[in-house]
Amino acid sequence: MSNRQSILASVLGLWARDFRVLRREWMPFMLRTIMNPVLSVFVFTYVLPRTGQNLPVAAGAGTMATVLVPGLIAIAMVFTSIAAVALPLSIELGATREIEDRVLAPIPLATVPLAKVAFGAFQGVLAGAVIFPIIIALPATEVHIRVASWPLLALMVALSSWTAASLGLFLGTVVRPQHIGLMFAVILTPLMFLGCVYYPWASLSAIPWLQVLVLVNPLVYMSEGLRIALTPDVPHLPMAAAAGMLFLLATILTMAGVRGFGKRVVG
Amino acid sequence: MIPAVELRDVRKVYQGSPPVTALAGISLDVPSGTIYGLLGPNGAGKTTAIGICTTKVRATGGTTRVAGLDVATDAVAVRRHVGVASQAITLDRSCSVSDNVYYHCRYFGMPAAESRHRTEELLDRFLIADRRDAMPSQLSGGLAQRVQLARAIAHRPSVLFLDEPTAGLDPQSRLALWDLVGTLRGEGLTVVLTTHYMEEADKLCQRLAIVDHGRILAEGTPEQLKQESGSTAVIDVALAGDRVAARAALDGVVGVRDVQDTERGLRILVAPEGGGVPRVVSRVAEHHLTDLKVVEPSLETAFIRLTGRDLRE
Repeated sequence: MSNRQSILASVLGLWARDFRVLRREWMPFMLRTIMNPVLSVFVFTYVLPRTGQNLPVAAGAGTMATVLVPGLIAIAMVFTSIAAVALPLSIELGATREIEDRVLAPIPLATVPLAKVAFGAFQGVLAGAVIFPIIIALPATEVHIRVASWPLLALMVALSSWTAASLGLFLGTVVRPQHIGLMFAVILTPLMFLGCVYYPWASLSAIPWLQVLVLVNPLVYMSEGLRIALTPDVPHLPMAAAAGMLFLLATILTMAGVRGFGKRVVG
Repeated sequence: MIPAVELRDVRKVYQGSPPVTALAGISLDVPSGTIYGLLGPNGAGKTTAIGICTTKVRATGGTTRVAGLDVATDAVAVRRHVGVASQAITLDRSCSVSDNVYYHCRYFGMPAAESRHRTEELLDRFLIADRRDAMPSQLSGGLAQRVQLARAIAHRPSVLFLDEPTAGLDPQSRLALWDLVGTLRGEGLTVVLTTHYMEEADKLCQRLAIVDHGRILAEGTPEQLKQESGSTAVIDVALAGDRVAARAALDGVVGVRDVQDTERGLRILVAPEGGGVPRVVSRVAEHHLTDLKVVEPSLETAFIRLTGRDLRE
């Protein structure tokens, strides 16, 4: 067996294991994937309008339900990567040292975290596919989806899910198990609320400092990138900016994650 | 024949403030097909040594070869040759007992069918087939260690590293594990284990290195080590009376090799031939002897003589 073949065989083994765990835990997977988008759609497109608190949607942005679609897919991807990559990794690298058996497989050390990112991205796409029909069908108001280019959609989905999964890898190697609660409060909450999920980035022109500040948030580019591909009629970032930043951030997070992983497992 | 494991002046310093020297330069050869023991108290550097051999720890200096391959430059190839069962249970808690073994085979590139077959074989052999669907958290310590052992040899390594394999096990599980390790050796596997149990080292190992403070203090077969210690018995006495007077009473007593102060009294190293032990006891008895412990010449006395301390201390 050549070197490359034997690495591939090991990677298939790593994925087979992750797939087995996912299959056994499909119920929690569904619950955590669906919960946030369903409640968001419920509150923003049903509760608020019914209670007379209609959110003024930026000019040309269409309905609130339309604005939410790309953002909620992005959130589902982030949540999935946290649950599928960051949390297990944080624990496996911690006291239980469960990762050891995989680290001692006859493959270069970086293979293990890279395979994790790939599988996390796959789960992100799966999560997006699960909630897409729900957030289209659920709102009472009209949802205007227009896929102009399928390759563009594929590119944005791929870049977004990779970014989310690499964020999961990075957080999993940095955050100690005892700080997981803190991570949700300090990292995930601002990521979510300032991630251009509930409003397009262009509408932030009303608050210039915030419009600049949120540009450090990877979720902004995920939301906006998916906006370009799914709801191009809502104002959005230029395609090259969204795709370029996603690629850059995913690369940086992946590299930092692989480095952090190496530091944690080799003494 | 090349040794299964070869260490040459291997050093390891953990960076930090202050830096901790875990290994201060150790050299040893593990002959192929033997059970080799690293015997020493906690913190002696045994686990670090095994970590370096299994590519989990990067050495600060020196050369380590496993099956003739350098662990620093050929880590991936080395991992094919080594099986590892650590002291802590590192079983994958998201997977059942059989999946732990099965996916281990897959990580080593075995095709699915062969992995299933190998898993069945090992579950039967290690008598864990009836717990195949149990999750690791449901297993007792002895069973979990057995699953780890099955997993460690699943990819047919040539050297098996066991870090304190019987720590915390009940006597029955310990004996069962010794049996298993003995059988594995019979099949040509080289086994390197760390332990701080004298009995384990004595009964199980063909060769031993006594390790303390990151150095090898003595190396050889258990018999050699016992003889090198000059067949010394160790007498620990607790005294209520004057220590200095007791020491003086031992001056010139035939067979006494050394007298050391301890917390509660004295430790006397004595050649047991020709009634050395009763002679010493009768001398110290006059100095308000409150307690007495005699350790016959054994690995334990060799260890005490070399390190100046008990394994239990």
